[in-house]
Amino acid sequence: MTFEKIQEIIVDQLDKEEEEVQLSTNFREDLDADSLDLFQIINDIEDEFDIKIESEEGLNTVEDIVKFVDAELAKK
Amino acid sequence: MGTKIIGTGSYVPKKVVSNTQLESIMDTSDEWIKTRTGITQRYISEEEDTSVLCGKAAMNALEKTGIDPKELGFIIVATMTPDYSSPSTACLVQEYIGAGSVMAFDINAACSGFVYALSVADKLLATGDFRYGLVLGGETMSKIIDWSDRSTAVLFGDGAGSILLEKSSDHAMLLQEDIHADGSRNKALTASKQTLKNPFSSNAKKVCTTDLQMEGRAIFDFALRNVSHSIKKVTEMASIDFSEVTTIICHQANVRILQGIAKKLKLPIEQFATNISQYGNTSAASIPILLNEWIEKEQLTLGSGERIILTGFGGGLTWGSLLIEL
Repeated sequence: MTFEKIQEIIVDQLDKEEEEVQLSTNFREDLDADSLDLFQIINDIEDEFDIKIESEEGLNTVEDIVKFVDAELAKK
Repeated sequence: MGTKIIGTGSYVPKKVVSNTQLESIMDTSDEWIKTRTGITQRYISEEEDTSVLCGKAAMNALEKTGIDPKELGFIIVATMTPDYSSPSTACLVQEYIGAGSVMAFDINAACSGFVYALSVADKLLATGDFRYGLVLGGETMSKIIDWSDRSTAVLFGDGAGSILLEKSSDHAMLLQEDIHADGSRNKALTASKQTLKNPFSSNAKKVCTTDLQMEGRAIFDFALRNVSHSIKKVTEMASIDFSEVTTIICHQANVRILQGIAKKLKLPIEQFATNISQYGNTSAASIPILLNEWIEKEQLTLGSGERIILTGFGGGLTWGSLLIEL
């Protein structure tokens, strides 16, 4: 569920196809996203899940974000 | 009693600095700057300080309208880069353009300054004993940026823009406004810290950085959330749809911010006027420079009744939107 929502946000923000956004997908290397793209994706994810992502460090792949979000949701 | 905009003007210094020229000063590239910011060049002042840029932008509007500077009832300058703490930039402009000894003062709301100033000017004219008011946004950002910091130095430019307002019994320029400040986020963007120094202070020898510092992501987040919300708010307050708004004139901070705001609001990017590629971020000057350019290019017409939104956002943090009728 978390993955599908995050996938939707990334697809929308970066104008990509769903197939291009998988768990192992790396933002910079596979999607050619820069830091501002990542800020925008994080901003949407924060709004969607009502969580705070203080730092984008260590968030390189879609899986990194999914795990982070799930951990934050578990704390709620 | 309302007001109407009867003229606009702008002025930028002669010196154009391209991204390629910046490559020779710092470790950056034209490609990096363009894709991250949308900026290709900016104007940088070699001689003229903020008051002169403002004075020339004021004369530009006065000459177009044929109004004598002596007829002005007040002068307000929005700036975060004044020539001095005292005298105010507005006092220097008053002398420069040969206005009478009328009320003149500066407003500092960083990049939101012009929106703040126009809101104040509208109320002064509507209730005070004035016929014309001159509202300026002017900056020499080049004097406060850290030229060794490539993450901020590439963003800014110098310039000034002006609006001439007239009291009106049959036209209300300002339809709705939504203006805010959040001092709790004051550290997200700071510049020109004035250090406490006196014989009684232990801080006297402490050196503080006075250059502009910005937390990039915090500002980006702020723009996406607060600014988008504010733009939407003024249309809701006026019960109008975005289709009734000809153009949104946002502070020109970064083209990626404009794209992000457009996306948040689900509006076409074409509804947002932009000229950042030519000017960079000129802080309080960006909105009046852009408005003047759109009027000169006949994308907008004074007296047309077109509705536009002016939106500023910046250090403070401050932000605000004005829904106005031309």
